[in-house]
Amino acid sequence: MVKLVEKAKILRSKNAGPFEITLDVLFDDKKAYEEVKNSGIISKESIAEIYNLSLADIHHLVYFDQALGIKITIARKISSGSPGDRDVYGAQQHAPLMNLEL
Amino acid sequence: MQKSIKILSPCGILGYGFPEQSFLNAFHEKIHGIVVDAGSTDAGPHKLGANVSIVSRRALKKDLSIILENGLKHRIPVIIGSAGGAGAKTHVELTIEVVKEILAEQNTHARIGVIWADFKQQMIIDALEEGRITPLSVNIPKLTIQQILETKTIVAQMGHEPILKALKQRCDIILCGRSYDPSPFAALGIYHGMDPGLSYHLGKILECGALCAEPGTTKDSILGTLYKDSFTVQALNPIRQCTPTSVAAHTFYEKEHPFILLGPGFTLNLENCEFNEIEEGVIEVRNSQYKRDEEVRIKLEGARKVAYRTFVIAGIRDPLLIERLEAVEEEVLQQVRSYFTEISEEDYQVNFYHYGKDAVLGEQEPSPFLGHEIGAMFEVLAKTQELANSICANVRSTFLHYGYEGRKSSAGNLAFPFAPSDIEFGPVYEFSIYHLMRITQDPFLLEVMEV
Repeated sequence: MVKLVEKAKILRSKNAGPFEITLDVLFDDKKAYEEVKNSGIISKESIAEIYNLSLADIHHLVYFDQALGIKITIARKISSGSPGDRDVYGAQQHAPLMNLEL
Repeated sequence: MQKSIKILSPCGILGYGFPEQSFLNAFHEKIHGIVVDAGSTDAGPHKLGANVSIVSRRALKKDLSIILENGLKHRIPVIIGSAGGAGAKTHVELTIEVVKEILAEQNTHARIGVIWADFKQQMIIDALEEGRITPLSVNIPKLTIQQILETKTIVAQMGHEPILKALKQRCDIILCGRSYDPSPFAALGIYHGMDPGLSYHLGKILECGALCAEPGTTKDSILGTLYKDSFTVQALNPIRQCTPTSVAAHTFYEKEHPFILLGPGFTLNLENCEFNEIEEGVIEVRNSQYKRDEEVRIKLEGARKVAYRTFVIAGIRDPLLIERLEAVEEEVLQQVRSYFTEISEEDYQVNFYHYGKDAVLGEQEPSPFLGHEIGAMFEVLAKTQELANSICANVRSTFLHYGYEGRKSSAGNLAFPFAPSDIEFGPVYEFSIYHLMRITQDPFLLEVMEV
């Protein structure tokens, strides 16, 4: 099975403000992008399962064709830098998504 | 109207540094302004709460010296967004002080426009009572008066309007308090009559320095050019190159939505944008659409002190302990609690982190743990520093010597890399205000000074 990380050119996470984390999956190949898009494997349900979140915690899941990219924005359980936060910049939250099997 | 407007962005955050040659390469052509973002909320609420900067004073001065010298020499404005990191009064004042120091050293004078972004608690309370305040996203709680009163420093992100005023008053150097990151860039484009949609989209890309190039970095310069119907971006360092994908990908960067960007008083729609390489390494972008909102809302930011922290970092290699680590920690905590019966459990909190074992994602970690050693960190958050220190020392000594069931290593459980092992951290903050405030008139004050 091919994993998402093998197909994507960029797979990253970052704060979108202190209360949200955004996951970007970008491709440099239109065919690969279309395949992932049409497969429906990246969905609110699959993200909720991977990140142990409820569907309501997934604020956006949007495909942006021009950039050959998918953006997923999820709620933070603890805001950036507050007691209990584990990733102030939100920069290491993408790893579980890498292993998604296509 | 000018045919094209060229904006130089030296680096992603003022004080991050940049190769001087990249910066100077921009001046092979006529440049209309140097704009640099100095701020971010990425490093958490501490900068705003504790009134400290994100970069050292030394680095701030080093970058600014090069920028000011060339800006003044070429008689083009230098605009600094979110001065000092969080863009509050103390941060802006530090930047003014450094600017004055540089001007004195370079034996030169300038007209400085300072735009303050600070808000008094009472202004926010009034706005709250008038129903003008809403949380920025659904997972932010409603603002309360108590929260406002506990928040000493409050700023709001300015749009391009006050910066335009400073440009119209012919300021050589414009120091903005907290600003929406793309606004200082957009202001320069709009000042020269360029389209606000293109100006803001270009600002969104330039504000991170050369991060939109490959290899990307915030520590290098980038050049943006605005035309009537498009803009272009290109790297200034020959080791980097922009591509349609790298620029489109940067449009994505750190925003909650890929093509709907909400700014102070407007919405930017980038859904129909095109990204094309028109010359090697020169990426042209079209169709960035700007729509003014019917109601102008600005983003407020405030941080309050919530606790004091003391923490310990240690290594654990014993497999018998790793096997039952969570249970041991729970027992350690119980023993600490039963020792400090006079301290209310509500006055402190102890958190354990296992680096090498689910520390980054915590309960959201989907993969099973496989490893033979763990970097253990524990922190105590308490009402006072003395309390945090006392409890942390007790957690540390209890944990170090704790005789858990099945233990064979009866001499100690933790490998400390540092002596002393306990690190006093100081106050801890949280973003207590991250809300939108509806406004009817520009609340940002411009102060012009000749230095």
